[in-house]
Amino acid sequence: MTIRKISRRRFLALTGISASGMVLMGSLPGSALAGILDSPQGDTLNLFVSVKADGVVEIIAHRSEMGTGIRTSLPQVVADEMEADWSRVKVIQGLANADYGSQNTDGSRSVRDFYQIMRQMGAAARASLELAAANRWSANISDVAASNHQVVHQDGRRLGFGELAAEAAKLPLPDMAQLPLKESRDFRYIGKDIPIVDLQDMCTGNTVFGIDVRVPGMLFASIERTPVLQGKVLSFDKDATLKAPGVVDVIKIKGQPLPSGFNALEGVAVLASDSHSAIKGRSRLNISWDRGVHATHNSGAYINELAAKVSAGPGKVARERGDTDAALGKAKTIVEATYVTPYLAHASMEPPAATAHIHDGICEIWACTQTPQKTQQIVATTLGMDEKAVKVHVTLLGGGFGRKSKPDFSVEAALLARETGKPVQVTWTREDDIRHDYFHSCSAQYYKGGLDDGGKLAAWLAREATPPISSLFQAGANIQNDGSLSQSFGSIPFAVENLRLESHEADAHVRIGWLRSVFNIPYVFGIGSFMDELAHAAGKDPRDFWLETIGADRELDFADEGFKFSNYGRSLADFPYDTRRLKGVITRLTDTLPWGKALPAGQGWGLCAARSFLSYVAVATRIEVKDGRLSVMEMHCMMDAGTIVNPDRVHAQMEGAMIFGLSLALMGEIDFKEGEAVQSNFHDYPVARLNQTPNIVKTHIVPSDAPASGVGEPGVPPVAPSIANAIFAATGQRIREFPFNKVFSV
Amino acid sequence: MKITINGEEQELDIAPDVPLLWALRDHLQLTGTKFGCGKGLCGACTVHLNGAAVRSCQTPVSAAEGSDVLTIEGLSSDASHPVQVAWKENNVPQCGYCQSGQIMSAAALLERTPSPSDAEIDNAMSGNICRCGTYTRIRTAIKQASRQTGEEQA
Repeated sequence: MTIRKISRRRFLALTGISASGMVLMGSLPGSALAGILDSPQGDTLNLFVSVKADGVVEIIAHRSEMGTGIRTSLPQVVADEMEADWSRVKVIQGLANADYGSQNTDGSRSVRDFYQIMRQMGAAARASLELAAANRWSANISDVAASNHQVVHQDGRRLGFGELAAEAAKLPLPDMAQLPLKESRDFRYIGKDIPIVDLQDMCTGNTVFGIDVRVPGMLFASIERTPVLQGKVLSFDKDATLKAPGVVDVIKIKGQPLPSGFNALEGVAVLASDSHSAIKGRSRLNISWDRGVHATHNSGAYINELAAKVSAGPGKVARERGDTDAALGKAKTIVEATYVTPYLAHASMEPPAATAHIHDGICEIWACTQTPQKTQQIVATTLGMDEKAVKVHVTLLGGGFGRKSKPDFSVEAALLARETGKPVQVTWTREDDIRHDYFHSCSAQYYKGGLDDGGKLAAWLAREATPPISSLFQAGANIQNDGSLSQSFGSIPFAVENLRLESHEADAHVRIGWLRSVFNIPYVFGIGSFMDELAHAAGKDPRDFWLETIGADRELDFADEGFKFSNYGRSLADFPYDTRRLKGVITRLTDTLPWGKALPAGQGWGLCAARSFLSYVAVATRIEVKDGRLSVMEMHCMMDAGTIVNPDRVHAQMEGAMIFGLSLALMGEIDFKEGEAVQSNFHDYPVARLNQTPNIVKTHIVPSDAPASGVGEPGVPPVAPSIANAIFAATGQRIREFPFNKVFSV
Repeated sequence: MKITINGEEQELDIAPDVPLLWALRDHLQLTGTKFGCGKGLCGACTVHLNGAAVRSCQTPVSAAEGSDVLTIEGLSSDASHPVQVAWKENNVPQCGYCQSGQIMSAAALLERTPSPSDAEIDNAMSGNICRCGTYTRIRTAIKQASRQTGEEQA
């Protein structure tokens, strides 16, 4: 049979499909959104687990699904510990609810923060079901055990989970701390490639993202926002806009004074009966703006200014060891370099979208948010409502990358719902998304290294200037704190006797936000590139130089060097900085490659390694430069992230991180001219496409039973420097700035 | 105007210049087709118009009058189209948002070119952006779907 025939056969069956689709959507927000609502209670064994009389086990996913597979991975852990049959598990997306603990799906911490808790929740559910069965049989608890969705007595009697649900739900919660957990050899699902629960729906379009929510009577809103941070609306043409087809209301949104926080930007909203009319109606607004103080911000000149500052003189010392100036004075070879990186935008495929409906004394929000609890808080504050009266439903997220950690778009929807008295959906256009992002910060770094007679690193001086994220929450904040410097710049793991790390001030002129792997992006680019420069100056193979400079196996502690290393919020006792594991990913990765072997002219290998989000990653790339064209031919990634729940999703995150890193290295740049973002859509803010994807993308996971560490972000930072280092190996040309398409066609 | 969508004739009372994307999403509640850029740059809104992949955000609804439109909802009800099967077997989606468009582009490619070369896959699929970076698996899945189709033909 041909595809064409199959398509035709499908065509014949389409009437029914279409009709059921209509029923589904017509019954919103009830049934079609049922999958993302908290389930009715009464059969609840604990906060995360309910068992229905028919045996269906409902497990709450309290983290946001934006592509990491977390809606599958954490429920997979619960199901394993409770001996549930995965085919009878239904995952229910939790509402914003402080009882769940933090729902902020960011910082690559869902598994590392909740792996143990989810095991306990599963074990607690299992214990309740076992006790219910023992009670029913008047048997000793030690004679019964849960196994594959049943509780089984030693004598062979069995009861299904569904048969025990009602009794189990009445039992007091077991003592979580005393619950026995499975031995890892008994795992049914942990460590297995379970397909994501949304796979079928994602392949048939039967999904509800933020942009897909439909509430009866809702209006669609599109907002023209201030082109410059803190700009003000002076006037706009309300009457002309109201006359546009489909437009039903035009409402000014008042911006808040700095700090920006998660407040709505100043702007004018056009509300219409459909998205197209709302977007089109904006062209009649004719807004006159007071552009404000940031209208002098020109990013090119500003980044040059930062680069001059870090190259010229000392800043505030963040960490110091030995006598760096003296050691540089004695060094046989001095290497100096300055690196700069631009602003970046997130550009998740689904732009920010939120729906608000105020009714019966509550405000319901449906949003593609990484932070339902922050959404709840700020919407409550904005509307002057009690937090409990704000009900936040988390839809699927069409990508997040940190953008959707900021609930400003839900605030917009809530404000407009209040003004109109109707349900309102705010959808950002791509232009809105690129121009009004919480931008990944620009950065300048200066490095000076001294090599001794043996080509060993004897001194490391580094200075950075980066408009900080803290400016979002504290107006005027203009220097990186230790938490931000802990993202690689301050935590360099090198066995060098003399080092000094310094920060310079850098004022923020745009909203700065976190983007997948955050400050590790610029800092690992600087560190990883400079290590390569040092290796070549020392006449050593870069791999050997990395291993030699990381030095002996040891656990690092920076406290006696004046640096408060945040270690991603975890203690060094629980998550040591282990140089053995960092060297491990380098050697394991290069052992899979023909590292050090000669390549055809114009080709080169580049390497970089970093620890971020408590995980250790090495990336190697092979590139070719031919007639001014840069092609990335192969990308290889080795990750040590401790215990792995779902290896396939970890590989997927690593594959994605390679492409994310490729995008920003090759093409990522947002410029500001007179305070306005220059780029606006994928034509001038390109991201990697399939034809730019290397033919070979290989990812490897280091087997480990160490505690689970981050997966979503750590693959990104080493990518850009590995490419820059490969370019040097291929051409002798050192690239100290991205995007690389300033130098090569890509 | 009358448009046949997923085999069913629909009567739409909207302005002729409304993009097909918004007609599908806002007027017919077929939200499987996604908005990504509004400029034909990302492919998230890809549907078939008389069998050819088009960007519905750049297709005025009037251009679809009297034509057959196939959306992701109509490709199959149960993900049994060879492209969907291959997508599932390779666990292609991450966030899933762009995948309707990816699948529709891939289905149109294989309908036209049952055994595409690497260059033909690159050419047909490079209009569809996936910010999660599922491209390697998309390539694998298309090749697998192509083989399956070949076996079914044999």
